[in-house]
Amino acid sequence: MKVKELEEHPTFAAVLPPATSEEYDTTGWRAFKPVVDKEKCTGCLICWVYCPEPAIIRTPDRKIEFDYKHCKGCGICEVECPVKAIKMVKEV
Amino acid sequence: MSYKPIRTLFELPTEENLAPGHRMCSGCGVTVGVRQILLAAPKDVIVVTATGCLEVSTVAYPYTAWRCPWVHVAFENAAAVASGIEAALKALERKGYGKRHPVIAFGGDGGTYDIGIQALSGALERGHRFLYVCYDNEAYMNTGIQRSGGTPYGTWTTTTPFGKVRPGKTEVKKNLMGIVVAHGIPYAATASISHWKDLMNKVRKALSCDGPSFIHLLTPCNRGWRFDPAQTIRIAKLAVETRYFPLYEVENGVYRITVPVPRPKPIEEFIKAQGRLRHLLRPEYADALATFKKQVEDYYSYVEMMTKATSSK
Repeated sequence: MKVKELEEHPTFAAVLPPATSEEYDTTGWRAFKPVVDKEKCTGCLICWVYCPEPAIIRTPDRKIEFDYKHCKGCGICEVECPVKAIKMVKEV
Repeated sequence: MSYKPIRTLFELPTEENLAPGHRMCSGCGVTVGVRQILLAAPKDVIVVTATGCLEVSTVAYPYTAWRCPWVHVAFENAAAVASGIEAALKALERKGYGKRHPVIAFGGDGGTYDIGIQALSGALERGHRFLYVCYDNEAYMNTGIQRSGGTPYGTWTTTTPFGKVRPGKTEVKKNLMGIVVAHGIPYAATASISHWKDLMNKVRKALSCDGPSFIHLLTPCNRGWRFDPAQTIRIAKLAVETRYFPLYEVENGVYRITVPVPRPKPIEEFIKAQGRLRHLLRPEYADALATFKKQVEDYYSYVEMMTKATSSK
């Protein structure tokens, strides 16, 4: 059977769209949330490469922003930031 | 082997194959490593995972955290599934339908050291063009911290508690790299999530070779290793700086240490930082500490010796 013929057959398994986990909210997982000081931030992206989520968004002005819907508040970014521009603040 | 090395973080793509919202623990080392690997790999990659933290947490139905084709079959056969995919793609390419996409298989230390070793050995021997990544968190963390073949000597786990009789696990950490290199594959390397550039360039190098490649990645687990989630990268860095986990690569049988550690930090710093090993510093476990230290030193000198022995090749 050719690949073209295979395409004509209906799909039997339910195939989900990719990256549906983005809809899932993990806000409740954290006790502390990271806050970035945009003045201090040099845009080195060290926090971005070490984020386990990824919950750090690269902005066009070469800085970073946090995706608070998905951040789990581990604090790796605060520890790894070379210029100490990120602070963990208690959630209220 | 020709590949484009990564020099800065700015040249990496902004779109990633792993989406946020997965259920891996806060501060997990595995997703840091997986993200770095997928950032370095081409976008059209196919991912196979063995059962483990990565598999159960990224695909909790009806959610999936993957943007690339992803497949999971059983615990033991990640390498066998990857070889099947690779063989199918090879046949399709020969018949003129599509191309051979890069295939990456992820297995934990349980799925690689213990349960998946026969499938891995077979796939390496058959010479399929794929990359196998063993993310080593040194125990069965997904099921609740049981010891595995990758757990180091003297470690506390729920199945190897320490007490009057035993200092924790009494067996050595299996030399997985030795087993993999013995298959005579083109490329094998160890990597740590703290050294992102080293890891990403190893991934690019591994995917550029025509044949099986292997990466042994150290991914600290804050739940099982008992430390603060914020310290994950620090611990991974300490593991390299104390010579606990030497970073080297084996290219066609030639060993090369990629991150030399001329002046190692005392191993106590690495032990002190983790609850699973901290008991070794108590006076009653002095013998176990000496054995732990000797094993770390022996392994590093083994790698150095192999580097010297194969350098003239």
